[in-house]
Amino acid sequence: MAEQSIAGAPSRAMAADGDRSARARFVIALLCLALALSVFLSLTSGASDASAVRVIRDWFTGAVPSDGALAARDRLIVYDIRMPRVLLGVLIGAALAICGAVMQGLFRNPLADPGLIGVSAGSSLGAVAIIVLGTTWLAPATLALGTLALPLAAFFGGLAVTLLLYAIATRQGRTSVATMLLAGIAISALAMALTGVLIFMADDRQLRDLTFWQLGSLAGATWPKIGTVGPVIILALAAMPFLSRGLNALALGEATAGHLGIPVQRLKYTAIVGVSAAVGASVAVSGGIGFIGIVVPHVLRLAIGPDNRYLLPASALLGASLLLIADAVARTVVAPAELPIGIVTAVAGAPFFLWILLRKRGVVDL
Amino acid sequence: MRFVLSFRAALAPVLGVLLAVAMQPAKAEEGTTIFSDTSRIASIGGSITEIVYALGEEGRLVARDSTSTYPEAAAKLPDVGYMRALSPEGVLSVNPSGILALHGSGPKEAVDVLKKSSVPFIEVPDRYDHEGILEKIRVVGKALGVEAKAEKLAAETDAKLTAAEKQTAAIKERKRVLFVLSTQGGKILAAGGDTAADGIIKLAGAVNAVEGFSGYKGMTDEAIVSARPDVILTMKGAGPPISEDELFANPAVASTPAGTNRKMISMQGGYLLGFGPRTAGAIHDLAVELYGNQAAD
Repeated sequence: MAEQSIAGAPSRAMAADGDRSARARFVIALLCLALALSVFLSLTSGASDASAVRVIRDWFTGAVPSDGALAARDRLIVYDIRMPRVLLGVLIGAALAICGAVMQGLFRNPLADPGLIGVSAGSSLGAVAIIVLGTTWLAPATLALGTLALPLAAFFGGLAVTLLLYAIATRQGRTSVATMLLAGIAISALAMALTGVLIFMADDRQLRDLTFWQLGSLAGATWPKIGTVGPVIILALAAMPFLSRGLNALALGEATAGHLGIPVQRLKYTAIVGVSAAVGASVAVSGGIGFIGIVVPHVLRLAIGPDNRYLLPASALLGASLLLIADAVARTVVAPAELPIGIVTAVAGAPFFLWILLRKRGVVDL
Repeated sequence: MRFVLSFRAALAPVLGVLLAVAMQPAKAEEGTTIFSDTSRIASIGGSITEIVYALGEEGRLVARDSTSTYPEAAAKLPDVGYMRALSPEGVLSVNPSGILALHGSGPKEAVDVLKKSSVPFIEVPDRYDHEGILEKIRVVGKALGVEAKAEKLAAETDAKLTAAEKQTAAIKERKRVLFVLSTQGGKILAAGGDTAADGIIKLAGAVNAVEGFSGYKGMTDEAIVSARPDVILTMKGAGPPISEDELFANPAVASTPAGTNRKMISMQGGYLLGFGPRTAGAIHDLAVELYGNQAAD
């Protein structure tokens, strides 16, 4: 797996590279199919017997169902409950996975994830502040923004931490990745400590809300929320693939990447702002969903190799599919109640990840 | 440092957010107090479910939440989850013709979606006093269209509550009670004002040892010492029970009159804090525990 393919640089093994890219394209095609299937599965599964197929068919054909009340209920379930949830699942799953891959490329470390640079901790701090202080000190904010207060606070919390880190780690227009990592650990610790203070202040009802939020869930998916965080995530997702060549070059070290004509500083800046925006927005609406950002890029590296030109889109596709399937499980397994999705991703993700590691022991690297 | 760029990067989402806030639809007016169809009711909240059973209308129930554990027959109904973490599709999947939810049910997004559906949603107020229980019974009865029955149950409950409160009317020495919700990680979460625990303590003729805050909050050792409780009250049946030994091992708790006499009362959570048809019994039991034979039957 030590093979590196660098766009624009003469390849060491053209033949192997050709093989690999053909394989990667095939895997990406498969992943597109898997995503389409996951979307279908997600739309058609749920606690109720509402038939998404019928609702959508009726919409296309303009048919008027005979049973008015039941059809109205089914329309509500499909349009206002399942559809926003599916869309949000696709966006967040793709965002978490692609951001994980970008972070791993940027820090040249397969264990890097957005949590490392404090985005998640900053987002959590913002969200917990709203949950605990929303009725007292921050009451004006929650009154003005209603249910949007929490996602906004989480988003800006994540962004604030990231920009602060960036400012700390940047000297004379150069960002030191190592400094950023260390400062990220310190700032994460500080944000977690402040979150701890808030948790200590919380009463029992707020603690329960907190627990549910920290376990993560797509249950808060509503159209207004998607209107809020959707554009942010979509913009960040669209920008990520443009980083792939730069990240490929970065794997050889910063100096080498610079000699290859990669604008290293701009690459870092774009990656960090993009990741913090996408992850901040994701954490904001869905709480803590773990494992997608590390497991997905990792599994794909084993399948198609480390070339970011294929790894990034493939990560987005697989992340979206996995999150949709996890959510479908969360929504149906204890119906009519539902599980927090963070539990599902961890229960399914952790053993699978260990199994992959055991199978591929000794051949895992970037 | 190129902060110009970062400000610009931060500006776009801000604008998007402002737009999204501006486009939020206005809130719908709430006005339903009677279900037009009472054949399939989802009951959210333990005391609501108890009232439906006490009215003899349990045949209408098609679902309950996880706090509805009494009477035992209720446990057989499909469980739509914890009342503060409802899944809207889950609730709609039992095809309810009406949703009766205790105040505080949520999350807000789920309730908003449910209100958007054509299923009528009635929120039942939750107040922790004598009158609050009667109000609950009347609201539930009205929603189900059995007002005469509800009036009768309210009158019976009223009489029972009055009798239970009378037991302690003549007592001069009021006991100071500290309600402990949990002792997780050594932090004692106690009940202040505006809580069900505070309400039941008062109805049983005692005084809440906690002053100066409302809701459930963590208490420092010094606050516990100065609260001087004669009795510690805890609940069981929800989560891990609080062990007497662990509680009185806490030096602050041990130094209070309750610690000296090792006086701890533990009662079933739903029974003690539900504020429903069984509350008169809970008042009686708590009064007897507190005052022994001083509480005139």
